Amino acid sequence: MKRQLILEDGTFFIGEAFGSTEKMVGEVVFNTGMTGYQEILSDPSYCGQIVTMTYPLIGNYGINRDDFESIEPYIHGLIVKEVCKIPSNWRNEMTLDEYLKTKNIPGLAGIDTRKLTKIIRQHGTLKGAICDLDVSIHEVVESLRSTNLLNDQVKRVSTKRAYPSPGRGHRVVLIDFGMKHGILRELNKRNCDVMVLPYNATAEEVLRLKPDGIMLSNGPGDPKDVPEAVEMIRGVLGKVPLFGICLGHQLFALACGADTEKMKFGHRGSNHPVKHLTTGKVAITSQNHGYTVNEQSLKRTRLQVTHVALNDGTVEGLRHLDYPAFTVQYHPEASPGPEDANHLFDEFIGMIEQFKKEGEMVYA
Amino acid sequence: MPKRKDIETILVIGSGPIVIGQAAEFDYAGTQACLALKEEGYKVILVNSNPATIMTDTEIADKVYIEPLTLEFVARIIRKERPDAILPTLGGQTGLNLAVELANAGVLEECGVEILGTKLEAIKKAEDRELFRSLMKELGEPVPESEIIHSLEEAYEFVKTVGYPVIVRPAFTLGGTGGGICTNEEELIEIVSNGLKMSPVHQCLLEKSIAGYKEIEYEVMRDANDNAIVVCNMENIDPVGIHTGDSIVVAPSQTLSDREYQLLRNASLRIIRALGIEGGCNVQLALDPHSFHYYVIEVNPRVSRSSALASKATGYPIAKLAAKIAVGLTLDEIINPVTGKTYACFEPALDYVVTKIPRFPFDKFESANRRLGTQMKATGEVMAIGRTFEESILKAVRSLEANVYHLELKDADKISDERIEKRIRKAGDERLFYIAEALRRGISIEQIHEWSQIDRFFLTKLENIIRYESVIKENIGNLEVLRKAKMLGFSDSTIAKLWNKNEREIYEIRKQEGITPVYKMVDTCAAEFESETPYYYGTYEDENESIVTKRKSVVVLGSGPIRIGQGIEFDYATVHSVWAIKEAGYEAIIINNNPETVSTDFSISDKLYFEPLTIEDVMHVIDLEKPVGVIVQFGGQTAINLAAELEARGVRILGTSLENLDRAENRDKFEQTLSELGIPQPKGKTAFSVNEAVRIAQEIGYPVLVRPSYVLGGRAMEIVYKEEELLYYMENAVKVNPQHPVLIDRYLIGKEIEVDAISDGETVFIPGIMEHIERAGVHSGDSIAVYPPQTLTPSIKRKIVDYTIKLAKGLHIVGLLNIQFVMYKDEVYVLEVNPRSSRTVPFLSKITGVPMANIATKVILGTKLAELGFKTGLHHESEGVYVKVPVFSFAKLRNVDISLGPEMKSTGEVMGKDVTFEKALYKGLVASGIHIRSYGSVLLTIADKDKEEAIDLARRFYHIGYQLLATSGTAEALKAEHIPVTVVNKINADSPNILDVIRQGKAQVVINTLTKGKQPESDGFRIRRESVENGIPCLTSLDTAKAMLQVIESMTFSTTVMPKFAKFQEVIHS
Repeated sequence: MKRQLILEDGTFFIGEAFGSTEKMVGEVVFNTGMTGYQEILSDPSYCGQIVTMTYPLIGNYGINRDDFESIEPYIHGLIVKEVCKIPSNWRNEMTLDEYLKTKNIPGLAGIDTRKLTKIIRQHGTLKGAICDLDVSIHEVVESLRSTNLLNDQVKRVSTKRAYPSPGRGHRVVLIDFGMKHGILRELNKRNCDVMVLPYNATAEEVLRLKPDGIMLSNGPGDPKDVPEAVEMIRGVLGKVPLFGICLGHQLFALACGADTEKMKFGHRGSNHPVKHLTTGKVAITSQNHGYTVNEQSLKRTRLQVTHVALNDGTVEGLRHLDYPAFTVQYHPEASPGPEDANHLFDEFIGMIEQFKKEGEMVYA
Repeated sequence: MPKRKDIETILVIGSGPIVIGQAAEFDYAGTQACLALKEEGYKVILVNSNPATIMTDTEIADKVYIEPLTLEFVARIIRKERPDAILPTLGGQTGLNLAVELANAGVLEECGVEILGTKLEAIKKAEDRELFRSLMKELGEPVPESEIIHSLEEAYEFVKTVGYPVIVRPAFTLGGTGGGICTNEEELIEIVSNGLKMSPVHQCLLEKSIAGYKEIEYEVMRDANDNAIVVCNMENIDPVGIHTGDSIVVAPSQTLSDREYQLLRNASLRIIRALGIEGGCNVQLALDPHSFHYYVIEVNPRVSRSSALASKATGYPIAKLAAKIAVGLTLDEIINPVTGKTYACFEPALDYVVTKIPRFPFDKFESANRRLGTQMKATGEVMAIGRTFEESILKAVRSLEANVYHLELKDADKISDERIEKRIRKAGDERLFYIAEALRRGISIEQIHEWSQIDRFFLTKLENIIRYESVIKENIGNLEVLRKAKMLGFSDSTIAKLWNKNEREIYEIRKQEGITPVYKMVDTCAAEFESETPYYYGTYEDENESIVTKRKSVVVLGSGPIRIGQGIEFDYATVHSVWAIKEAGYEAIIINNNPETVSTDFSISDKLYFEPLTIEDVMHVIDLEKPVGVIVQFGGQTAINLAAELEARGVRILGTSLENLDRAENRDKFEQTLSELGIPQPKGKTAFSVNEAVRIAQEIGYPVLVRPSYVLGGRAMEIVYKEEELLYYMENAVKVNPQHPVLIDRYLIGKEIEVDAISDGETVFIPGIMEHIERAGVHSGDSIAVYPPQTLTPSIKRKIVDYTIKLAKGLHIVGLLNIQFVMYKDEVYVLEVNPRSSRTVPFLSKITGVPMANIATKVILGTKLAELGFKTGLHHESEGVYVKVPVFSFAKLRNVDISLGPEMKSTGEVMGKDVTFEKALYKGLVASGIHIRSYGSVLLTIADKDKEEAIDLARRFYHIGYQLLATSGTAEALKAEHIPVTVVNKINADSPNILDVIRQGKAQVVINTLTKGKQPESDGFRIRRESVENGIPCLTSLDTAKAMLQVIESMTFSTTVMPKFAKFQEVIHS
């Protein structure tokens, strides 16, 4: 069945529908990863977005039981050049089409995704709608223009209530702004006794759990839409070692007095080089963000830039000069993407241990 | 990290002649590397023995040595030039092995030369199986159960513990030479014994076979600051068991989930880090299709065929960056040359599917064993890019130029189901086509998967193609179906067949209906960043990205995949033509499909279209670009063959006109031209039927040379000595009919002479004349060519010059031409005229300093030779002597008869140059891999017709102290002439027989001449194969033997007894 994608600038692409036949509006973005579509479509950070995969053949290895990054996907649509109807992989359980149908997510195949990608690159991310052919393009464009995109994505995707993921090691409070399972997995791997809290947990609620460390997760949207989190971070900063990823990084920057801004089309893919300024070493990282920390705004803070994106120089990592706290814009938990930055979780554990030791010395 | 300032001069080692397993990819890598080093301000000294390379052009390096790549000669260069460092990782296995030899011999230490890029320790760790395995163990990387063995006994021990099948991999050999899979004892004995012989260190790895696993490759790079990245991963459609060079490969991997991708990525990066490689590295892995379990198969600590493919597949220039890394630069400070905006430290994202299909030489070697295994057999490869897998693979299929435009077998209806099953189970070069036929016959994907172990993903895609054939067939004229067919990559000729139309009609329909391809850019980043690389591929999508400029443009057709008869020489000329077009102020556009070559480096031309060289695909580019014209002279027969159809579609062919091309290639027209010009040629006629052939042969007299018209590299060309042979040939080798006549010529046994010339119609400039060592009858590509001619009289030379000028003018040549002459009884006859660039153009250009392809291109574009300062006639002769020696890859091709004849068999060439003929030839022979000893034994088995001639040869061998071994017939002839000889038993006689003598290395040279005709006389064939497989030079032409003897004589002293005083009195008194 033919359906179409209409962009707010009036461009439209007619393709073959797969997944659900729902009409869906969202911010159209692209991801350059050649593998990892299952992780991408289940990454809550894509909440409210229609994702275009630049690699043309998607769905080749099907959908398996293991590679979801959240239980429910929040993506608003998936656009590909070709969707694989008969996948082949030993873990395959269903086709991408079947999965999107069960989750009521529309997909569109058979369009010139490279052309679409170039439009996004040139104009920046656009609003778009996946819909049937019998609509008036003009009307859809009008309504897209007047529609405001979601601003409550974090609320939508965060856990509604706290829950534990017990372990025998350090206690880490993990604030779920739209957490990928990968973060939890990495903490569990390191025996952490994890308490997952909703995005709007207060500093008191966090501290009451007597954490050894606090982890700020990734999540969707504009960090400025989550002022309660900024408040909470201010309340815990310096009291407990802190590590933030992606949205967590941006919220941390806001809490420390820096500013964030929207990027033209963001960073989404598995091949983003990030340079560690101290060692000069580059890690290839997995990224998914449409906002970034404004570098100029860091001047008035006690934050130091530790990592930058090699290609556009944007801020990719921060460290607090006075407190045990560091954050990165990219995804050290990978899935999908390279695991080059996985050691950051070890550094977080190291920081927790160092803080404990120093604390013991102070209070000895 | 900034580049190193403590080194100034760097020696780069090339890879030598083109052989199976080591082809044009190293010219591409070496050229990029030399230019990159020069760009950074280093002085580059290059050594390579292969003159047919761009890298040996004097513009590429500061100093170029064309010398044998042996310890002896390279050590000499090092001692003379005293470079600060040596870069060995760009010259393939040859470069790497040579660096190890130089280090082991103490030369590097003696001269204070540092190895750049990958350190010796790392090379050893990656190359020496034992060291490699212990490193893998240390890293926790799994390797298949294996054992290093040095003898057959050790092989038996290993098999006892792991069982069959086992894989044999000899250490330090090219393209897996001498390896194979053994499923029983007989094969074990054969392959292990052979492998031990082939390995320079007499060492083989025996490995538990993991055939059926997915074979995945990662191309990784690392710099001195430990930044490591993956440039590209690739998936072999053929699972483990077939050499990756012989496998159909796609990039990126298609059936790996992200977890599998990252699992193998991590392993690859761990390995490159552990080896401490600074540069590029190829990691081959085997992944269980049913779990996350994997094995590391092999690591190549250098640029390779795969890295060339990865570079072309992604746009990321691995060799260039490897060179920059070698001098200390780090990836994060090098700009990505594709985007010009981002940095080289990232991992390319593809938004298309790349397919590589190997090109095999089995069209030339019909008797060869076509079974594929761990020993590489392909001579070249093609690559195609598409937005669907189907498009990508079908484009690759028609790029092969095997007269196949689709997944179909010739005479498929005559093939039994049993044969199809067999050919799918036991992979040969045509397996892909057998699979397609199986699908067409309704055999299930499951079944084919069970037979072939090929992943169902790929089989499903192939089935899509086959299924759509019937859709096309059932919907004649349906435009939607047509559009979909084009998106699936169907060629016009296939659609035409299904629609009962001709190809041109389909093309016209499409043009009318706007069903034409657009061109997308290969930009390393899936459009994330704006790029300006002029590197495009065609696909059926919406947006065209190839913007036509206002500049006047010229299209050059490349020469496609490297095969026997059309090698790297044509790419060399193509590149020079492109440069000349740019110099002349035009926009140079190239169309080609060979990922190994320099011409498909996007930085060479103004625009590169990576497309099949079929009329349809070429026309699409022309329709878009509207060039001034097309140059077909440099792309070998591939391009020439397109000329007629291009002109028929209104395209202007630049240079020699189509009509005149035809006058040179069409037998009758050519004959007419020659008689008009008064130039003699061997008597000959065209036969349109078998009877006619017999009559013509009788008329002109045997022996005759027979061949189909329009041939490439002497394909199916034979010398026949009598009628039975002629009849056999007519019935088996060719299918004669009025459309495909057979040419029959008198075979003149004389000296062959070759000339290349440039003409603008008025001036005919001849850079040089070359004389062949082997008499006519041996294909010119397989002959040793000598410049300047050593035995021609001035009057013969004058005659050759005169004929050349007449022919060039008479045929109205504008551009290049190549003429082969034969000198017979002091008369000069013309054998053939090729109105195009030839195999000898690079050789002659280098010797004479005349950039022939460049000048020819300018002439083609309208400049007069006179304006360029050239006059009609022969260029003055350069000093010194230069020989071009052919190089064969026989060791890799089982069952191929190595005897020289009219059909070309060599894969590459080397050049030897020095002040005398003997010295030059010595270098040439050594560079071609022949070991020349000043003493030893020569084994002679000479056919009766050659015995007389061989006696003198034998005597001379005896005089320099060689021991003579001969089979009984030959021995008798020698004894009759009082030449001491040891008789060896014939093949079927008791041990030790002749084969044992060869096997045991008791002969250093074998001279074997053919009884007659082509039918391999089985004894001779076995002697020749045995020699090849034991690495002993086997000469099948007495001319080659004489030349070699001359070299040996020049390097030894003959010892003769003093004359006796017996006649003393007489002398005194007389």
